[in-house]
Amino acid sequence: MGQVVVETTDLTKNYGGFTAVDKLNLRIEEGEIYGFLGPNGAGKTTTILMLLGLTEPSSGTVQVCGHIPTRDPIKVKRLVGYLPERVGFYEDLTAVQNLKYTAELNRLPRGEAEEKIAALLATVGLSQVADQQVNTFSRGMKQRLGIADILIKEPNLAFLDEPTVGIDPKGIDDILNIITNMARKGITIIFCSHQLPQVQKICTRVGIFAKGHLIVEGPVKLLEKQAPEEGQYRIEVQVAEPVPKLAELIKGIKGVTDISGPPELLLITCSADLRPQISRTVVDSGSSLIGMKIEEYSLEKIYKEYFHED
Amino acid sequence: MYAVFRKELADHFNSKRFIILFALAFLAAMFAIYIATQSIRGEVTASTEFIFLKIFTLSGKTLPSFLFFMSLFIPIIGIALGFDSISSEYSSGNLSRLLSQPIYRDAVINGKFLSGLTVLAIIIVSVIAIVAGLGLRTIGVPPTSEEVLRLVVFALISIAYGAFWMALAVLFSILSRKASTSMLSSIGLWIFFFFFMSMIAGAIANAQVPLDSNSTIEMITHNAEISGTIGRFSPCTLYGEAVAALLVPELASLNPALMMISTVSAGRMLTPLPFSQSLLLVWPQLVSIVALAAICFAISYIRFMREEIRSI
Repeated sequence: MGQVVVETTDLTKNYGGFTAVDKLNLRIEEGEIYGFLGPNGAGKTTTILMLLGLTEPSSGTVQVCGHIPTRDPIKVKRLVGYLPERVGFYEDLTAVQNLKYTAELNRLPRGEAEEKIAALLATVGLSQVADQQVNTFSRGMKQRLGIADILIKEPNLAFLDEPTVGIDPKGIDDILNIITNMARKGITIIFCSHQLPQVQKICTRVGIFAKGHLIVEGPVKLLEKQAPEEGQYRIEVQVAEPVPKLAELIKGIKGVTDISGPPELLLITCSADLRPQISRTVVDSGSSLIGMKIEEYSLEKIYKEYFHED
Repeated sequence: MYAVFRKELADHFNSKRFIILFALAFLAAMFAIYIATQSIRGEVTASTEFIFLKIFTLSGKTLPSFLFFMSLFIPIIGIALGFDSISSEYSSGNLSRLLSQPIYRDAVINGKFLSGLTVLAIIIVSVIAIVAGLGLRTIGVPPTSEEVLRLVVFALISIAYGAFWMALAVLFSILSRKASTSMLSSIGLWIFFFFFMSMIAGAIANAQVPLDSNSTIEMITHNAEISGTIGRFSPCTLYGEAVAALLVPELASLNPALMMISTVSAGRMLTPLPFSQSLLLVWPQLVSIVALAAICFAISYIRFMREEIRSI
């Protein structure tokens, strides 16, 4: 259990009549890779901007690394790195020149900055193109340069907003590796994405956002587990001519936790895949089994449910 | 802020835009010298004072004077330095990255504005210096200390005037976010003030006090006063008046009616005003130009500080 790095209570942001973030309560601890998962427009970026102090919350409170971003923006920005979505650089400056400017804005001594920039460019695999103008860079290279850009200030916390958008699979892997390495060095990371597999791959904890709400939150491993092993299954059983006692008979099967719906279409919640037992029970009872459908409660399902609303 | 200032300044110096602007200004300087050497002999008599200033104000038969070039180029230079200052940061995706660095938000706009102002000052001062230097060589008359003083104030007013156009362009670049829109808006406004304002002023004056061959002198002066007053809403007019009074010491008044009379009585020998009186004469114009620049900058500043970063 580390120190709390980010804490929000009832954080809300309204734009005119539109509520971008609605009563968000978030608690992120040191050393986590926290995934903000959600469709575009779910309020992920707005939340990050409020955490950085770049946008004023409509109501609620924020604390980042022990500071209130709107009151102490400079302190927060010194400790926090932010990689915006589709990060941009000064196109006619070289990679090194761009990073030097960032170093200067962070008041790094010149000599130290030069060494650090060389080391960081090596970390993100851009040493070869260090003195090329950024306008020759691919999207993936720019994103990697963006990561180097936030590492210059040696942040305690890094916000990465969709760092893998528009990048080929190989580039995505590179970036995810760099991010995991950052976390190993003790940087707490908030990783925004709408791509579940990436979040599952690197995040320790995930919060699913939709329409400004945090819907589900928890460790990735736990959320994934709910499905195949000890998770919840929901089985839909369609029956013709059901016998009156059928529901009770099914309830008697070991592992069934709940049963609902009309006798012709039973919704059974259970802790394992009990389709064989259920079908046998239905047939033995004298009813005719027409069909069975199983639904898995997985991270993906939760995610898709909200994703498709938009 | 110093870091932003330095980086922006370096950007300006490395940009093609700077070279083009400087070339343009240099050309104007060369032209001015050429015109002045062509016509200065005809203008100067034994009793002429302020010969040196004539280099800046003389115009040829068909060719305009250095002052005209300046009043034309300074707005263009100002607009060129400011029109994409914020919008380019936005469109390249730099702004949110820049603002997440540990700097105050106003450091960005202050740094940009100051660097633009520095470039502007460098261009204007060097152009004046080039004209003065070459003029000194060609006509061989050294400037008096008063002439130098007048030129310094002339440079300062020119910088303030350029700063106004730059502040306006910066404001448009915050408001529109698209470099092309912001440039067109600024240039449109400049064209309006430079070309149309005097026409509009004249039209309104003529509507108020129609003039014909029987008009009395009172009516003529009244007409001139009206168009003069309306004309002063244009920063171009303000600048034109201010530099005219500074570089043509014989100009005793900026009152349009009086100026008219003085041109009517052309044969009259005009005595030049002392520097302090000329300065007093242009003081309102000077203050107005500086105030306009400050207002434009203040609006830009407030807009930029209040801008929702989400939309930036």
